[in-house]
Amino acid sequence: MATKIESAGSEYIGTRAVKIDALERVTGKATFGADLSLPGMLHGKVLRSSFPHARIKRIDTTKAAALKGVKAVMTADDLPPLERVSGTAGGELLISLMDLRKMTIAHDKALYDGHAVAAVAATTPEIAQEALELIDIEYEPLPVVGNALDAMRPDAPILNEELRTKTLGESTDTPTNIAAYIESSRGDVEEGFAQADLIHETHYDTKMVHQGYIEPTSAIAWAQTDDKITVWSSTQGTFGIRRSLSDLLEIALDKINVIPMEVGGAFGGKIYAILEPLAVTLSRKAGRPVKLVMSRAEVFRATGPGAPSHITVKTGVRKDGTLTACYCKLVLDAGAFPGAPVAGASLVGLAPYKTDNLKIEGYDVITNKPRVQAYRAPGGTPAGFAVEAHMDEVAEKLNIDPLKFRMINAVDDGDRMTNDEIFNRIGLKEVLKSISKHPAWTTPIPPGDNRGRGVALGFWRGATLTSSATVNVHPDGTITMNTGQVDLTGTRTTLGQIVAQEMQVPLDNVTVRVGDTDSTPYTDLSAGSRTTYVTGTAVYRACKDALAQLKAHAAEQFNVNPNEVEYNNGKFTVKENEEQNVDLVTVARNSTRRASGPILGYGTVTRVQAAPQFAANVVDIEVDRDTGKITILRHTTFQDVGKAINPTLVEGQMQGGAAQGIGWAITEYYDYDEGVLRNPTLLDYRLPTALDLPMLDTEIIEVPASDGPYGARGVGEVPIVPPGGAIANAIYNAVGVRLYNLPMTPEAVFWALQAKQNGE
Amino acid sequence: MPKIHLSCTVNEEPREILVQPWQTLLEALRDEFGLTGTKEGCGNGNCGACTVLLNGRAINSCCMLAAEAEGQEIVTVEGLGQNERLDPLQEQFIEFSALQCGFCTPGILMSARALLNKNKTPTEHEIRLAIAGNLCRCTGYDKIVRAIQATAEKEAHSGD
Repeated sequence: MATKIESAGSEYIGTRAVKIDALERVTGKATFGADLSLPGMLHGKVLRSSFPHARIKRIDTTKAAALKGVKAVMTADDLPPLERVSGTAGGELLISLMDLRKMTIAHDKALYDGHAVAAVAATTPEIAQEALELIDIEYEPLPVVGNALDAMRPDAPILNEELRTKTLGESTDTPTNIAAYIESSRGDVEEGFAQADLIHETHYDTKMVHQGYIEPTSAIAWAQTDDKITVWSSTQGTFGIRRSLSDLLEIALDKINVIPMEVGGAFGGKIYAILEPLAVTLSRKAGRPVKLVMSRAEVFRATGPGAPSHITVKTGVRKDGTLTACYCKLVLDAGAFPGAPVAGASLVGLAPYKTDNLKIEGYDVITNKPRVQAYRAPGGTPAGFAVEAHMDEVAEKLNIDPLKFRMINAVDDGDRMTNDEIFNRIGLKEVLKSISKHPAWTTPIPPGDNRGRGVALGFWRGATLTSSATVNVHPDGTITMNTGQVDLTGTRTTLGQIVAQEMQVPLDNVTVRVGDTDSTPYTDLSAGSRTTYVTGTAVYRACKDALAQLKAHAAEQFNVNPNEVEYNNGKFTVKENEEQNVDLVTVARNSTRRASGPILGYGTVTRVQAAPQFAANVVDIEVDRDTGKITILRHTTFQDVGKAINPTLVEGQMQGGAAQGIGWAITEYYDYDEGVLRNPTLLDYRLPTALDLPMLDTEIIEVPASDGPYGARGVGEVPIVPPGGAIANAIYNAVGVRLYNLPMTPEAVFWALQAKQNGE
Repeated sequence: MPKIHLSCTVNEEPREILVQPWQTLLEALRDEFGLTGTKEGCGNGNCGACTVLLNGRAINSCCMLAAEAEGQEIVTVEGLGQNERLDPLQEQFIEFSALQCGFCTPGILMSARALLNKNKTPTEHEIRLAIAGNLCRCTGYDKIVRAIQATAEKEAHSGD
């Protein structure tokens, strides 16, 4: 469907408009999930398994229920029977509803350290905590499957006796931990390798990481009656939460209203209904509102982190640098239930490289870890790291400059993604050209020992799904744009700019309201870099609908046909008769008294084509040979954003993505010991601090997308992809060692240097 | 255990309440005084979202018992500045879009205010050091550091 949007003027598009919701954020008034309290509200706590894998033989909650102040206790038995659950939930990463049900609260088995087993609601958090300690559970510990490679062995303990491997729609007949095998291919890789002058193969491992949002997950539920339910949630998608509650608790959609609270960071990790089904069930049992807020340790242990990976990359290449074949094997660890981002990973790594002979094999494997959720470009970051580190080695072996090697093989308009989808208009070559002329690449690294520069690319396709919005033109000419599209990092402002542009009113006269599921039209979650691209289109259409209604009013007043009415600079005029004119405020005011009625524009969009995004990093680093510590000296993100509707907010996405990518690359990982998480704190799981990063430079490149608002592409996810590869390549150029695993901690770098020194 | 009587000054107003012996200053501010601008991100002093000023010094309010605030002067983000009279830091954070989700923002503002109160001309490194205990996951700190630099420059020129 063609949705290309272009505007004659651009008073608001491409401007650095100040965030329209900044004031409440700097004054402490923005209301996040945990900030809300309701009269009579109870406090819930969740009992979690400390066993990574155990059969639950018996749960006795009688003592907890008898404790004074406890108003409700629940286990899996309080949810409708598992057998009645079917379908899927989620947005970027689908999960079967049966698995979501088991993830919400363990059924007969605890499958990871932190798996919810029971929950209570009490008059104070302290009483709720005390009640948890009174719940008596008999566990039978089972052998632990710690990582995907172990899980794939024929003799591995089986997590789920029912699970069979799905391959191209076929299922195997023996129990397994391999949930799915997927394959993408084109041409003939063996033929391609036969044509190569050089064949190179490398292996990479990356660990489990967390999105690291600073606001812990929370949910408040108030079941005024058993089927009149209100939920307040800091979620990325209120409609998804409503749907999951409806499916899991067997309540019709109209009986549930989900109200979005401000979201204190999410990055893919606040999509599934994890706490909400517990909060609603406790509230129904207690007859009072219930608030659940996770501790930081619970956030780490039980919300759904980013997937670990084991990746093989093998390429064939001619002496002139052209690739003859690319092979990639992706083993992704989904955690306790199937659904690792294998598809995302298989789309990303090799995306920038043109090849006629391609084969990608992907494995979705379950282990005794929390089920993963999406994490910014889910699957893409490990795949991007592996391929970009690999390609650097190939370029070096061919004695070709790494940037030139990427230019030789870069995909262009009309080439194909790894899934054979055709690239419409893309900006990879423009990104590479921009690097070649940029001081970050052309000027030497400031003098110093053990310093090196690295370059790497990144790709993200972006999700599209369905979006909707309404535009309400008030009698004084001010406008409220109402949508269920949750604002994660600034889309209120971007969408507001689109309204101001299309309605030709000052941005100050536009209010953007993120509303609840009862009062806004259906819209999918805020994820997949889709809000500005897809919801922006819905907003544009809602504006056009509102303008058509306004024109009908004006036509009524002028006594002409509506198609004779034009709208320019806030005034409606009759074509070729400038004398007859009326301003927006007058038409809006009269609209409440005219037959055509008040103005409510509606816009919706679904199934738009993707607007693929390319990014790159150039990074200068210094290695401390004594400790192995890496210091980032200079970091530049280059990114084709299509059109920066608000360059300041786009830079913010590029910088934030870079910072997360750097953390993933050098400091962050889940440290498991026999399935028990050893570092569930923000001290031991180390996010980059202000001292760990330099200023993060950005270079915005604008190659307009084929579709969408003003040529804009999604921008949020792709900047997290390149840092791992760029830093690995910079380390090699600094001290001559290649690192094959993330994170590249001081310890890892130190031992790599020792090994090189010892000639290993 | 009996509750403990606490009298202190919060955002320039004298306050008196009874607190639980185990209640943290953060819990008292949020649950007793309704000052929810101060956030809890970790509950053990790792993330800095709960930063407030205690007699002008930036502290993690989750790591201090409410009862210990007896006779002390506390300033939260609500007391830093409000709509008509914003702190220059708040103005510059808006100007630079030095926030995305805004959850860490109150804590970072308080750490930055404590810095600028004692150091009128901080270097970039001094700014980064002052907010190193405040984790931000959205911004990569770039625009935050620039907003603090711009505030320092403005305050130096206005002779504050």
